[in-house]
Amino acid sequence: MRITYTIDSKAARATRCSEEPVLEATGLEKSYGEVRVLAGIDLRMPRGGVLALLGPNGAGKTTAVRILSTLIRPDAGRARVAGFDVLSEREQVRRRISLTGQYAAVDELQTGAENLRMIGRLRGLGRAQASARAGELLERFDLLDAGGRRVATYSGGMRRRLDLAMSLVSDPAVLFLDEPTTGLDPRSRQTVWLLVAELAERGVSVFLTTQYLEEADRLADQIVVLDRGAIVAQGTAAELKRRVAEQRVVLTLAGPDALAEVAWALGDRAIEIDREELTIVAPCDGGAREVRALLDEIDPGRSAIDDFAVRNATLDDVFLELTHV
Amino acid sequence: MSESMILTARCLRLSRRQVDALITALVLPVLLMILFVELFGGAIRTGTTLSYVTYVVPGVLLLCAGYSSSLTAVAVCQDVTGGCIDRLRSMNVRGASLLVGHVAASAARNLASGVLVLVVALALGFHPHAHALEWLASGGVLLAFIVAVSSLSVAVGLLARSPEAASGFTFLIMFLPYASSAFVPVRTMPGWLHGFAAHQPITPITETLRGLLLGTPVGSNAGVAIAWCAGILLVSILASGALFARRVA
Repeated sequence: MRITYTIDSKAARATRCSEEPVLEATGLEKSYGEVRVLAGIDLRMPRGGVLALLGPNGAGKTTAVRILSTLIRPDAGRARVAGFDVLSEREQVRRRISLTGQYAAVDELQTGAENLRMIGRLRGLGRAQASARAGELLERFDLLDAGGRRVATYSGGMRRRLDLAMSLVSDPAVLFLDEPTTGLDPRSRQTVWLLVAELAERGVSVFLTTQYLEEADRLADQIVVLDRGAIVAQGTAAELKRRVAEQRVVLTLAGPDALAEVAWALGDRAIEIDREELTIVAPCDGGAREVRALLDEIDPGRSAIDDFAVRNATLDDVFLELTHV
Repeated sequence: MSESMILTARCLRLSRRQVDALITALVLPVLLMILFVELFGGAIRTGTTLSYVTYVVPGVLLLCAGYSSSLTAVAVCQDVTGGCIDRLRSMNVRGASLLVGHVAASAARNLASGVLVLVVALALGFHPHAHALEWLASGGVLLAFIVAVSSLSVAVGLLARSPEAASGFTFLIMFLPYASSAFVPVRTMPGWLHGFAAHQPITPITETLRGLLLGTPVGSNAGVAIAWCAGILLVSILASGALFARRVA
């Protein structure tokens, strides 16, 4: 049911998204010493859109978020967020964005309500307004009962929800979420997904980073795949899946020698090689003719391959292929 | 300004609720006072007519204030590593407001432990000779020292990679009073230490407090003490501002 909801809202959003970008970056570069963290990336997100920056650890996702949310300066490149330049109009940008970092930035020794009120006051709300806003958000994020308790007593999922609520005190034009579900159990992850989908539904533009394909697939209209500081692919989840073969053949080999032999015969086509399980994964179209031809080609002696299975490509396959060495 | 007040309220609330740290900050000064007066005091000859408890109180006050102020480094570093600083920066909160918040909370914590130390000292036989104005001036000097060390702690907290590393600063600050005139006169120390002991900030600050509370000669110490505090404060504010703007955690 949740999946249906997400897909519906995505479709609705796609028709509503105007062409005017709420976030636009060109040629962003950043190095730390010898390490080139971002090697010149371009990004564009329409108003009301949800963009997922997808990549493995160390791909440069957090660095990109930190540049776009004005926390660090790029070595080169320009970026405009919510209509203002992140370098020359930093304060304007900061008034219109919210950042939820990788670790829930909540004060454990304050209660949920106190955390929210503090943010409200810092955002310029009066005492009464800040309290009212805190109450609203606690209710919306299902924290009403826990609002008077110290955050130290909260579960990981509750902390994340409070963290999100803190980012929404000011009704931001762009919400940055850096790995919003890292470290959460599956149930809490579902809740966060639902909340983010709801925000997108309300028209908040969301820029998120994630290592999980499933998350990008669920939440984002547009996925940008980042690997070692460079964009290796972008598009909708469906477009990305289309870029690689739809089917996979999983080969089980007779022994280590057979594995080496078949891997050599496949060359670039071997997407995954598992030396312990003695399996190799390769792309194919799933038809009997192609599978038969492939098996004949890579195993002419008909003794190296014990077993094979054909399955649909998952987003993980796409990801592995796109970020392939 | 209101930003500073909101963050001061936050820091005070957090300090109040950190029960273990609060107990340490209150109990440690009292234990130190008893340690110096009752255990070491009998063996120490200061070469003055003052009883040792009276001689040592200004030093213990500074030791405690230094310790408690330097804990600010740990609190600030926790704000850095916990992502709080990032959030505040992305909200356009100024670094100065955060500094004021932490320093004001530190001053409040110190006020509580300072009063406690004085009460214990009086119970152990501390005999001050000061009138109201001198008491007020002593409080001012102590406050200047607390503000200076707390501000320096903010800079250290922004610089440190982890709260554990930041707590190393506490040890450094706690060591300084030992190599000063706080517990024993500098002339009783080995010659190679004289230069350091006589010219590091704790010595003129201790002598100023002693002068104000006990009527010993102050000389140029008051000026030097204030100059040290002002200098440390200025450097800390500049360093914190730069670190807050550039922090790349």
